[in-house]
Amino acid sequence: MATTFNLHRFANPARFMRLTDVVLPWLSAAAVASLAIGLVMAFRAPPDYQQGETVRIMFIHVPAAMMGMMCYACMAVASAAALIWRHPLADVAAQAAAPLGAGFTLLCLVTGSLWGAPMWGTWWVWDARLTSVLILFFLYLGYIALANAFDDPERGARAAAILSLVGVINLPIIHFSVNWWNTLHQPASIVRMGGPTIDPSILHPLLIMALAFQFIFLALWILRTRTALVRAKIDTLRQRAAAASGVDRG
Amino acid sequence: MGGYAAYVWPAYGLAVVILGGLALASILSARAARRELQRLQQEQPRGRG
Repeated sequence: MATTFNLHRFANPARFMRLTDVVLPWLSAAAVASLAIGLVMAFRAPPDYQQGETVRIMFIHVPAAMMGMMCYACMAVASAAALIWRHPLADVAAQAAAPLGAGFTLLCLVTGSLWGAPMWGTWWVWDARLTSVLILFFLYLGYIALANAFDDPERGARAAAILSLVGVINLPIIHFSVNWWNTLHQPASIVRMGGPTIDPSILHPLLIMALAFQFIFLALWILRTRTALVRAKIDTLRQRAAAASGVDRG
Repeated sequence: MGGYAAYVWPAYGLAVVILGGLALASILSARAARRELQRLQQEQPRGRG
């Protein structure tokens, strides 16, 4: 039993390392290229007829918001896989995603503030959209803290995985908050029934920037997962070395 | 920037700081881990991990 379990633990991460050896350089190149194109388009886009130049904040704000939520969904799916199938990669992948999601969500919150100050006349309101995104940020921080709070990393991983699944309820709340409650935040204008309501001159740079953020997230997620696997291997080698030297001395 | 430079540039600056920081930290930590693994594997040639 023990042997098969160990083999199972080892086989999939090895395959993941081989696969990502090939995929990661392409993903990184795609991230750099799409970001470069997206930034050029973002600064060539015409100013909005009502919001003027502040619309350029949107090219950061909206992709950051999308990735904040997308990353949480990835983390939750990985956590579910870890809890249900005990897939050896799943916990590692979920924990590798969390700091990225926290970063995107923080970027979304602060750029939202920078956009709100001139356009709404306030940096912050405690309405449903802003508050639910702030909760998303705290969920990431709580997840990271919980995953590292136990001496036994497996217990930490389990507790954090459960927290991330409970927090999934926040994702639909964020998405529909602008329809369900009164808010200063505008309703959805891209992902909505009947298609986007944004002019192509502004929609296209936004979509390229969203694509760029997606590539950045995927590349960094894979890189961080690989690093965590390498560190696990280092720990195994160290333990083996310690055991061997113990035998020598004995 | 039509009078809004004080809002637009900090937004882009923060994107550089946060995304660049995450990328840099991830790359440096990946590099450090890979070196450490190589060092250990040289010390224990038979250990295949």
